[in-house]
Amino acid sequence: MADLILQRLTKHCGNIDPYDIDDYTAAGGFKALTKALLLMKPQEIIDETKASKLVGRGGAAFPTGAKMQMVHDAPNNIKYVICNADEGEPGTFKDRYLMESDPYQIVESIIIAGYAVKAQKAYIYIRGEYDKAIALIKNAIERTRETGYLGKNILRQRFNFDIEVRTGAGAYICGEEFALIESLEGKSGRPRYKPPYPPIAGLWDCPTLINNVETLANLPYIVLNGGKEFRSVGTDSSSGTKLICLSGNIINKGVFEVPFGITLRDIIYSIGQGIPNDKELKMIQIGGASGSCIPPSMLDIKLDLADMRQHDLSPGSGAIIAFDNTRCVIDIVKSLLRFFAHESCGKCTPCREGNPQLYNIINDFSNGTATVDNYKALDSLTQTMQQAALCGLGQASPMPVVSTLRYFKEEYDMHLSGNCPAGICSLDGGQAK
Amino acid sequence: MVEDIIMRHGATEDKLMPILLDIQNSNERHYLKEEDLKTVSKILGIPESRVYSVVTFYSFFSLKPRGKYIIQICDNAPCIVNGAYNVIDDFRRALGIDMGQTTNDGMFTLEHSSCLGCCSHAPAARIGGELYGDLNTDRINSILSELRRQ
Repeated sequence: MADLILQRLTKHCGNIDPYDIDDYTAAGGFKALTKALLLMKPQEIIDETKASKLVGRGGAAFPTGAKMQMVHDAPNNIKYVICNADEGEPGTFKDRYLMESDPYQIVESIIIAGYAVKAQKAYIYIRGEYDKAIALIKNAIERTRETGYLGKNILRQRFNFDIEVRTGAGAYICGEEFALIESLEGKSGRPRYKPPYPPIAGLWDCPTLINNVETLANLPYIVLNGGKEFRSVGTDSSSGTKLICLSGNIINKGVFEVPFGITLRDIIYSIGQGIPNDKELKMIQIGGASGSCIPPSMLDIKLDLADMRQHDLSPGSGAIIAFDNTRCVIDIVKSLLRFFAHESCGKCTPCREGNPQLYNIINDFSNGTATVDNYKALDSLTQTMQQAALCGLGQASPMPVVSTLRYFKEEYDMHLSGNCPAGICSLDGGQAK
Repeated sequence: MVEDIIMRHGATEDKLMPILLDIQNSNERHYLKEEDLKTVSKILGIPESRVYSVVTFYSFFSLKPRGKYIIQICDNAPCIVNGAYNVIDDFRRALGIDMGQTTNDGMFTLEHSSCLGCCSHAPAARIGGELYGDLNTDRINSILSELRRQ
């Protein structure tokens, strides 16, 4: 267990008063910022980030150093940093944990990112449901400004920078980078067509570095210890640590910082301590609501981008939801699709129409009116959405259907023949209610 | 009052959401009135149609009066497998209303919510901007009577 859990990003969590800037400073806070501003050129920070092989922790795993380089090299004078704290992926609560337990670290990380890409202003877009995180980050920004780490000529350098908090209003889609940018500009959160990507033309068409909270939180460590040391933990394809969020039918729920490379079995049975109430594990979903659903026979797969990719998996946001053997796969997939049908922004047809249609078909399985032909419809719908949807929401939302059809096909077949093994679906031809 | 809120934020297009959120929060019944939207549209120089489209896009905004306390119950998978449907039933029974409705005394509105990030204490709800986890029948009844007393 000892080497299963590490404390790089979470080392202050629970050990300092999240309101108190002096607590943070006494624990070594702002050392990385001071080193960055006084001893490093922006390009050196980017070079160390590239050397660290850090990739985005929000789900897409894009190389962070490469993204920073694009923003740094973009010719505009006005550039922005956006910290994406619109953590809406169901089953994900790691960014909330980071913001509520160590908000100053996030503020420091954003300033380092701003210095590295030569931006003047940052926004942190926090989802509206996170009342406590919003209050703590606002407080941290004010205290940091009073101390002189934000504002004009920070540490007497020719570097002016400030951070503004913006809050979401209950739209899951705003976690998508361009939807978030549209929302910041005062519009409905609908993704834009790409390219150009945000590093070239983001907020108000200016070069914009947009990163997830956890991604940015790695920067102080990289600045202080270097990219090479960063890679001392993790695997060849996945360096550093990952925050995972354990929830569902599991004994030890919560956020845990783990090194890349441990197995899913370690996560479920050592860290998560297994399944409660003497039940057995039936399925886990990895990466959030649009993640793959896999059976216990696949628990030897490692939390590792390359190993997971071989199995068509991704760590995604770090959410890992366990389901015990009293749960019905069809019922779970139905609830996920209801969510996506509600959260689709409506801009592109594959997602706007595809998600409700997927829901309708899965609903037919759950009320006993599905036929064998529905398999063909599911196949064609999911492929259309994966290939033709505009953004990650519509491309990824079929994943629970695709993966359960691959690994839990017998449950679909049983529902076709009028039998819900968990006894949850009504199978009454849609008569109930 | 709406004018004050706008001036405090600054009358620029990008402040539309924070302005609307503040106006709604300052209303006891947590909703946006038609005349508020018209004022915002006029001062910010944004067409009424676009203000309306933003208001109807984000699920936090309401054009109908709601209760003093909005009870947002999470119904995502981690909460469902820990009893979210029972939580919904308990609230409906205790308040005598359905999801989306407001009690006659104007105290409570029941709403579905997306994941509240409270999965380690599922099932969870957000009530009046506060998170409540590990919900069960007893806890729900005591939360409601506590709020009624306030």
